[in-house]
This record gives sequence, C-alpha cells and structure tokens, in this order.
Amino acid sequence: MSAKENSVIRKRSQLSLIWHRLRRNRLAMLGLALMSAILLLAVFADVIADYDTKVVGMNMAERLQTPSAKHWFGTDGYGRDVFARIIHGSRLSLSLSIISMLIAVAVGSMIGAISGYFGGRVDDVLMRLMDMLLAIPPMLMSISIVAALGRSMSNLMLALALAYMPVFARVIRSSILSVKDQEFVEAARACGTSDARIILRHIIPNAVGPIIVQATLAMGSSILTISSLSFMGMGIQPPQPEWGTMLYEGRDLIRTSPYLVIFPGAAIAVSVLSLNLLGDGLRDALDPRLKN
Amino acid sequence: MGNLLDIRHLTVVYHTEEDEVHALSDVSFSLQKGETLGLVGETGAGKTTTALAIMGLLPRRVGEVQSGEILFEGRDLLRCSDADMRAIRGASISMIFQDPMTSLNPTIRIGDQIAESIRQHQPDMKRADVERRVDEILEMVGIPAARKREYPHQFSGGMKQRVVIAIALALEPQLLIADEPTTALDVTIQAQVLQMMGDLQRQLGTSTILITHDLGVVSQTCDRVAVMYAGEIVEVGTAEDIFLGKTHHPYTTGLFGSLPDLNRETRRLSPIDGLMPDPADLPTGCRFNPRCPHCTALCRECEPELTARGSHAIRCHLMGKEERA
Amino acid sequence: MSTPLLETRDLKKYFKTPAGMLHAVDGVSLTIGEGETLGVVGESGCGKSTLGRTVLRLLEPTAGQVLYRGEDITTFDKRRMFAARQEMQMIFQDPYASLNPRLSVSEIIAEPLIVGKLCRNAHEMNERIGELMETVGLAPRFAHSYPHELDGGRRQRIGIARALATNPRFIVCDEPVSALDVSIQAQILNLLMDLQEDKGLSYMFITHDLSVVKHISSHIAVMYLGQCVEYAGTKELFANPLHPYTRALLAAIPVIDITRRGKRIETIQGEVTSPIEPAPGCRFAPRCAYATEACRQEQRLRQVSEGHWVACCRAAGEEA
Repeated sequence: MSAKENSVIRKRSQLSLIWHRLRRNRLAMLGLALMSAILLLAVFADVIADYDTKVVGMNMAERLQTPSAKHWFGTDGYGRDVFARIIHGSRLSLSLSIISMLIAVAVGSMIGAISGYFGGRVDDVLMRLMDMLLAIPPMLMSISIVAALGRSMSNLMLALALAYMPVFARVIRSSILSVKDQEFVEAARACGTSDARIILRHIIPNAVGPIIVQATLAMGSSILTISSLSFMGMGIQPPQPEWGTMLYEGRDLIRTSPYLVIFPGAAIAVSVLSLNLLGDGLRDALDPRLKN
Repeated sequence: MGNLLDIRHLTVVYHTEEDEVHALSDVSFSLQKGETLGLVGETGAGKTTTALAIMGLLPRRVGEVQSGEILFEGRDLLRCSDADMRAIRGASISMIFQDPMTSLNPTIRIGDQIAESIRQHQPDMKRADVERRVDEILEMVGIPAARKREYPHQFSGGMKQRVVIAIALALEPQLLIADEPTTALDVTIQAQVLQMMGDLQRQLGTSTILITHDLGVVSQTCDRVAVMYAGEIVEVGTAEDIFLGKTHHPYTTGLFGSLPDLNRETRRLSPIDGLMPDPADLPTGCRFNPRCPHCTALCRECEPELTARGSHAIRCHLMGKEERA
Repeated sequence: MSTPLLETRDLKKYFKTPAGMLHAVDGVSLTIGEGETLGVVGESGCGKSTLGRTVLRLLEPTAGQVLYRGEDITTFDKRRMFAARQEMQMIFQDPYASLNPRLSVSEIIAEPLIVGKLCRNAHEMNERIGELMETVGLAPRFAHSYPHELDGGRRQRIGIARALATNPRFIVCDEPVSALDVSIQAQILNLLMDLQEDKGLSYMFITHDLSVVKHISSHIAVMYLGQCVEYAGTKELFANPLHPYTRALLAAIPVIDITRRGKRIETIQGEVTSPIEPAPGCRFAPRCAYATEACRQEQRLRQVSEGHWVACCRAAGEEA
C-alpha cells in the first residue's frame, strides 16, 4: 500500500492554491505587507495620535520644526504634528478610495453582467454608454463634477465611482463572455436553472479574479487622483489632513521646510506602489495558465 | 549492427513546488534503423516525458534527468550541449506533437513554417532550392503546393497535422517521435494520416517511435511495442509477442480487456479497477500491485525486474516464477 | 406499438454565419423507445452534438418537432419546459469544463436538487447526495473536494451523478467517455450500462467511436453533415452496413489486427464539405467512390429491410 493513503490527492481549495502562488512572489508580498501596515495605521489612527490636539490643534509655538524625537516628521506651519497628520490622512485616502471602488465595482459589475450575459442590443447600448464615460479622463471627470456640484467628499466619491465604473463593467463583461459558453453553464441550464442564478452562482464567482486585480490597481490610481485633486485645491479642503491637501499647504515652503512635502509625497508613493505590486501579484497568482 | 537509439536506465524526476514526481524510473529500450516502436500507456505513464527527454526538451528548472543514457547513433544525447541538440533537432530527430491546432504558428504561412525549419539547418541553401523542397514535401504529404501561401486556420485538423508531419520530415531525419499524432483527429482522417505516415516512413527509411494509447493503431503500424505504466516499462516485445502471445503483464491484459472489441460479444467490459498511482506517491513493491488481480505478498514488497524470454520481456514476479518452473 | 419515449420529426437547427446559413442539423427524424439506447455516430461537423443539445432545447430548434412522451416540447412554455427538464438530462463530454471549478463535489450534485426544489431540508439533501455518490461509485470522502483535485474518471462520475439527481427517464450522453483513458472508459461505460438496467433509463449516446457504441446501443444512427444517412439495429448495422460512409467508418476503425501492417486499407479521400449552404443532393457524393448522376437528387431515408433505413439511392436500389 502506498505511504499516504490512496485518497484525495491534495485537499486544497482554489483559494489556498492562489495564496500559495501569491506567497512566492516577493514583490507582491512586500506590497501586501506595506498595504497591511497602512491599513493598520489607518484603523488605529486615533490611538496613535489624538485627532483634536495633534492633527487640527494649532500650536504656533511649535511651528515649522524639523523632524526630531518629539515630532518624528516635524511640524507644519500651524504647529501640527506631521506624523499624526499623515496617519490620519491614510484614513481619508483609504476610505475614500475603498468606498468609491466598492460603488464602482457594484454598479459596473451589474452593468457588465447584464451586458455580457444577454448580449445583443442591450450589450451594444450599455457598452456605448460605458465608452462615453471612459472617454473622459478620471481627473477631468472629477474636476468637472466637483466644480459643478461643490467640493464635498461625497461628490468626490461620486466622481471617482463614475470614472472607474466603466472599467469594471468591461472586465466583468469579458469574464462573463468567456465563462458563459463553458459546459458547466450549459449543464446548469439543462437543469432548468434560472438566468439570475446562473449569473450569480456560476458565472460571477468564476469571473471574480480579474475584478479583484482591477479593483486593487484602481484603488492605487484613485488615491493618486484624490491627492492630485486636493493638491490643486479642488479635493479635500484644509484643515483635513489628506496627503494631497498637505502638499497643497506645504507647496510654498518647499525650499525652507522640504519635509512638509517629502513625507506626504512619500506616503502617496508608498500606498500607490504597494497597491500596484499587490495587484500585479494577484493577477499572476490568479492566472491558471502560469505554471512553475 | 548498432541500434539507432539506445535508452539505458533513464530516470527522470520533476521537482514541483509540492512534490518530487517520479516521471520515469529506470527506463530502457532500443530502436533499430527503419523500425517502428509503439510506446503504449495511459495518461501519466511517462510516454511524453520519454519523448521530451530524448529531444532534450524537458522543462528546464523542473525536470531533472537523474541517471541514464540516451545513445543516438552511439552518441549520448544527455551529454550534448544546447547547440549540439539544436543541430540534432529537426535534422536528425524530429517530433510531432498531439494537437495540430496549437503546433502551428497561426500568424505565419504554412510554406514559410516549413521553409524556416529547412533554413535553420541548411542556412546556405539557396532560396529557390528551399522553395522547391517545400513544394516537394507538401506534395509528399498530399497537400497541393499551391496552398503553401495559406495560413493554418485555413486548413482542417487533418490537413494541419499533415503540415506538421511535413515540417517534421522536411530534413529527412533518422528518427521521428510522434506523440499521439492522430488522437485529436476523426477516425476516417486518422486512417488517411496513418496511411500517409506509413508510406513516408517506408519511402524515407525513417525509424519511428509512435506514442499512443490506442492498441489498434499500434497493431497496425508498429514492429515492436513497449507498454509503460507509472513511469516504467512493464512489457516489451515484437508485435507478434504482444498481440498474438499468450502471456502478458497483468496491466497489458487489463488494457486488452478494457477495449470494446468489435469482434467480441461480451455484455460488460472488464476494466482494471482503480487508477494509475500518483507519481509523487508510488506504492511499495510492484507499482501495479494495488490493481493487480494476481497480487501476492512478494509483489507488495519487491519491485520486479524485466524478465526476458527471447524478444518478449515482462516486468512481473509471476512471469519470473514461470521461468524458473 | 407503444409511444416511443423520445421522437424527433424533421428536426432542423441552422446557425447564421457571415458566410451563409450553417445547416448543423438538417431534417433528422429518430425515435428512442423506453429503456433503449440510440447510438448517434459521426465525425466532427456531422451535427451530432448539436442534435443532442437541440433535443433538450439547450439550443432552440429552427424547425421540426421533438416529442417527449408524445408531446411536442418545442411548444412548451417556461413552466412546462422546466418540468420536462427534470426528466431529460445531459452528460457532457469534457469532464474538465462541465463542472464549475468553484463548487465542491456535493455542491455540484446539489444544484439540480436545489433548482428543482426536490429536497425539503438540508438533511434530506445530504442523504440524496450521498445516495447519488454511491450510485456512481464516488467515495464519500470526495464530497468536499474540488474538481481540479480529481482525475477525469471521477469528474465524469460527478457529471453522471448530477444528471441522475432529478431522476430522469432520458439522458443525452454527449461523448461521455471520449476524453478518458481506455481503462477508465471501460469503468464508466459499465456504470452507464448498469444504471440503465437498474433504473430503466433511455440514452441517446453520441460518439465518434463505433466500437463503444456497439457495446452500449440497441440502435444506431449514422450522421453525416447534419443528416442521418443510415439507421438500423446495432447487430444489423455491423453485419450489413449499406451506406458507403458507414462502411468507410467501419473500415477506418483501428482494430487490433497485426496482419494489416504495411497493407493499404481503403480510406475515403478528401475532406468533409462545408455545412454552410450545402448543395442539394447527397452530401457524401463528393467523396463517394460510387457517386453517379442519380446522387444529385435529394436523398431520403429509405427502408431496405425491417428496421434498417439508408439514405443512399444506390444502396436502397440494390436491395430493392
């Protein structure tokens, strides 16, 4: 008899296989680690640095101090601790991008699913609508909406969701197109399964991979968009500690206090980079064709 | 008279992230000039690994030849450099793969694909000569030369396989390895293609290793047959030995029993119970013992050797016993 | 003569392509009796898979009727079709593509039970799944495995269990063993035959392998380019094949016969002609060694003896 019982070869679900493939990609792991750190900081921001005193509380006596033991990243023009602001800023950036991505994924997927599954004229009409949205650069879209509707966080989220929705619609649509002709979908139809159940139970779970990849990458891109808008004064307004807003506030003092710009800039770069690394790693891990 | 190809004690292991897969264990067989050897077995038996090992095409990081020799015209292919192997592939040893749909580059015309193979090995040949050779080969495989400017998608499956065969035989290699060349084709097209391959082999004197799971095809085309199971050769002999002989390895007997024979009137087939073992987790003793109806204690402990009786060799303790009796 | 379980009458399925109308199934009339197996044999492009799917209305017929227990299911509305589907199931060819990779074995088998609302509670469902797994020879320990962890033979058993879940009377088997190794093929074929005996199932067994179909079928229909060119009881077809294509098909089967080495066998020349806008008359004529002027006429299935039909003027003429 064989050493191991002649039983199930390897009891690994798809998920653990994917995890294992991801684990071997060192850059992706770095991205994951960085992103996790940022997330932790965002969650525990209040514990690490009290909002009222450190972040928005002005303390003119301590203004424009270079980084020291007391203020790790120094203080800004109003005496606020830069480190504390960066940490709270992560909350803003992350929550904004996560929420807008969720909206974009939800709405975009629904549109893409209907489009891909039913095809024909429905598909044509929906996709042309998406094309129209895609034709407008996210930045421009956001500026227009903010200019028209006002500078609030919800408008910002709306703008981002609109900008990225077509991407998800396309991704889900192509996944569905590739999955819907597979035999297991036919088998479901042979049992009399309803269209809705086929889409939800059979097609979407198999199309989820590309969505996750896109969502991760889009998050990075949206953080950049938010920061850029804030830097231009069109996004989050001071005294909120959004990174781009901090850049906006510090831009006049670059020569004398460069750290005011370096740290927020680095925060943006690290966030976006980690999301990109993670997204790329996920794409590789989810691709079933990539072997050893 | 030396053999064209001599494989001795070839052992190949695949190192995957999870396991050590014992793809081939101590495989030995030989091929003479002009002979056709059928390499029979089911999925996972190691037939394709053997072919890839001969061609030097085992996956680089993963596949390792742990021991053995592959002697081609007296030269050990395993000791050859990459450059040497490239010179050998196509010109001396050629391979045809199973799926004609993916063996051809869809963006290059058929004629150019054949020409590429020729020019690779005979870079000094004049353009006109190359073209003439391409025409010749196409006619040989039954494709009008006028079609050489067409793309693969314009050909049917059977035609594509003919093109693949044409490319393989363009330089008249001494050895052709055909890995399930007709499995993906319809049975009437398969008959055509096998017929053509047979004609060509006789015409050019090519020796062939035909890898297949189809015993019918083997009986009609091969001079000698080797049966593989779980990375080993369990039986080898001439076609007469295998198809007309009375004694066989139990796996071979099982294979015959699994086939729905047109001539027999049985109600139920007699399949072999169970499955081929996981090559990462092989049973102790004889690899077939979990499925063998004649399994004894000895079979579970000791790995049997190939016992030969003339041209017919069988790897089974029971056969060995008969010899001594 | 009792009503046949399944009957097709002049069934047609055409597809629109940029090059013209593709006649995938072109006027096929067949019957399958209760407990019988009809083998549908042909090579790629003959329309047998399309026929199987059209019979179950997985593809909507372009014309013609499909009578299940005497009722034309092509006219059924959604509700009646849903009920009919519980009795008519399908086993697919590709054991890899026919199972949802994200669902476990028990989830896959549970699907038809859930959709058909066949079990009242989870306990009943688990029992039924266990029962089905046992019927097809799947060990209980595989209940939570995923398709990619199992070999082709076991996957195909899952497909069979799924097809049996609703207690169907009729199953279309679309090349169920073609993708499997020889020894596994035999196991699955035995299983299908045992199930037929135990449950009184009727099969439409689609395959390109004549040797397999001889074993399992009571009747055989040979298809070529969307049409049925010969139909007979299994024994009769093998003993007395009349259509030139049937004969070529039989001759081409690589039987174990070492005397054939080095000999030329009669192969049909050429390739299958296009099913798009086919020319009138016999579709096999371009490749037929015996083609004459008469073959330009539209060929119909003509009865040449009890239960034996051929669509060939020459073959039918000879017997007459």
